[in-house]
Amino acid sequence: MKQLKFFIKKEFYHILRDKRSLLILLGLPVVQLLLFGFAITTEVRNAKIVVFDNSKDNVTQQIISKIQNNKYFLIDKTIYNQSQIEEVFKEGKIRLAIIFPNNFQNDLLHNNKAQIQIIADATDPNQATTLTNYVASIVNDFQQELNQQSKIILNIKTEYRMLYNPQLKGAYSSVPGVMGMILLLISAMMTSISIVKEKETGTMEILLVSPMKPWFVVVSKVIPYFVISIINVATIILLSVFVLGMPIKGSLLLLSFSTLLYIFCALSLGILISTVADTQQAAMIISIIGLMLPVVMLSGYAFPIANMPNILQWISNIVPAKWYIIIVKSVMLKGLGFEDIFDEIIILTVMTILFLIISIKRFKVRL
Amino acid sequence: MIKSSENIVISVNELTKKFGDFTAVNRISFEVKESEIFGFLGANGAGKTTAIKMLIGILKPTSGKANIAGFDIYTETENVKKNIGYMSQKFSLYEDLTISENINFFGGIYGLSDDEIKNKSEELLTKLKFNEIKNNLVSSLPLGWKQKLAFSLAIFHSPKIVFLDEPTSGVDPITRRQFWDLIYEATNNGITVFVTTHYMDEAEYCNRISIMVDGEIEALDSPINLKDKFKLNSIDDIFYLLARKSKRKE
Repeated sequence: MKQLKFFIKKEFYHILRDKRSLLILLGLPVVQLLLFGFAITTEVRNAKIVVFDNSKDNVTQQIISKIQNNKYFLIDKTIYNQSQIEEVFKEGKIRLAIIFPNNFQNDLLHNNKAQIQIIADATDPNQATTLTNYVASIVNDFQQELNQQSKIILNIKTEYRMLYNPQLKGAYSSVPGVMGMILLLISAMMTSISIVKEKETGTMEILLVSPMKPWFVVVSKVIPYFVISIINVATIILLSVFVLGMPIKGSLLLLSFSTLLYIFCALSLGILISTVADTQQAAMIISIIGLMLPVVMLSGYAFPIANMPNILQWISNIVPAKWYIIIVKSVMLKGLGFEDIFDEIIILTVMTILFLIISIKRFKVRL
Repeated sequence: MIKSSENIVISVNELTKKFGDFTAVNRISFEVKESEIFGFLGANGAGKTTAIKMLIGILKPTSGKANIAGFDIYTETENVKKNIGYMSQKFSLYEDLTISENINFFGGIYGLSDDEIKNKSEELLTKLKFNEIKNNLVSSLPLGWKQKLAFSLAIFHSPKIVFLDEPTSGVDPITRRQFWDLIYEATNNGITVFVTTHYMDEAEYCNRISIMVDGEIEALDSPINLKDKFKLNSIDDIFYLLARKSKRKE
């Protein structure tokens, strides 16, 4: 135990003196979270649109003012001529055009039916869909208000319900992804690099010649990164709740427990990488190509797994982050309990044990 | 076999290491006495490092026996490790730690008590004249000073035997001379020194030397006896004569 104390102290000297690594360890999670939460978001804000009101009646004015008051849209009032429409789309000046036909109010009040034409720039299909949905839901709201006021029942009804993310907030989907990525990066990559560094500089040999048992050396190297990962988890959760407004609908205890499990899994992956890599660069490349890319591409964080070809879907099953992201989404957003994420927890546990067994085998092969 | 003569601290019998078809170390046998400086010579690739790694317990031999400080290298690795010190080819202290921190760390992992570490580190700092720079990072020291510190830390826990794998490579002649003063001092304190080197002048400082060629020991005796036997004037000439027999390519 005393040896452990000396070792961990030494490990913290390494971490604290390497300012760049320290910045990566503690700063990167914050930067990434805020970046993904705010800047890189699927939400659309202040999208430039144009409105052509051919009817210029009471109802169209009301709808336009509702759109205008919405933070998602910015109405460009410099464009009046409807013949300009193609040109401004081509120039990329606007993302969406709303056109009210003649006699809009008349049609609505007398025929109970009116049409609005929405044209969107679909070069970015996701954004186009999002914007169209926004407009449709504003119009829909207006319709309902109108129905209540006038007591005339208008039959057009569209029900929009966005499960778990009613405002389609980008942060909701990016926070679990960032958690899965950051913890893997710090636990697996930094641990493997720090173990391989000792191999590279020759100090590992000295440690193996000392009476310290090899597994003891590995455990001592892993503990500081375990501590740092926990600090990061706390930071990420606090930021997501208080800055990004994420809910924690399920149990915080369950979330913490499964996060610890995931950290263990990532740490054992780090140990495994350190038994394969002989240089720090190799460890870093293996971590980035072997871990980071799969997390970004195959964990369901950036691209939906269901849309992938079968082979990729199959491969995605061996990416630990996929299971962890499912757990985080289930607990934080859906408020599910232990029995609902039981399978994922078992999978992560089995993976951790597997990684450790392979590492121990490989570690012995070297001797 | 070992118990018959108490002052033999290293006893190696037919020790062999094969990597697949390649026999890195082929049935070497020798004994080293207490407080002796035993030079372990050989060209690059002759199998010196492989042999040392087996003796210090980080490489499993294919066959043969070896006893270090009275402990079997197969079954009593733990005890072997407690009784030896090791300094590798690579400079192997922590560069981003200060001199003091390195001393504390190595004292700590060898299980010395806080008092022991404190007393011994003061003693060591005074001896190496490092008192004023003890809080400097090791990376700021010249290579020769680092090597002296590395050696001092290899024997910090007062082992019975210290294994030095080319400890002076790349060090200037004056520092090398000072380094050997430290080695002599260690043997005066009863520590046995097992050293590999490239420098033939250093071989002359050893009590006995062995010369390894292609995984086998071709010569083993004191430098004077060897010169008599081969009728040559220097260890350098003997080494050259034997090393030329090598069939291995570097």
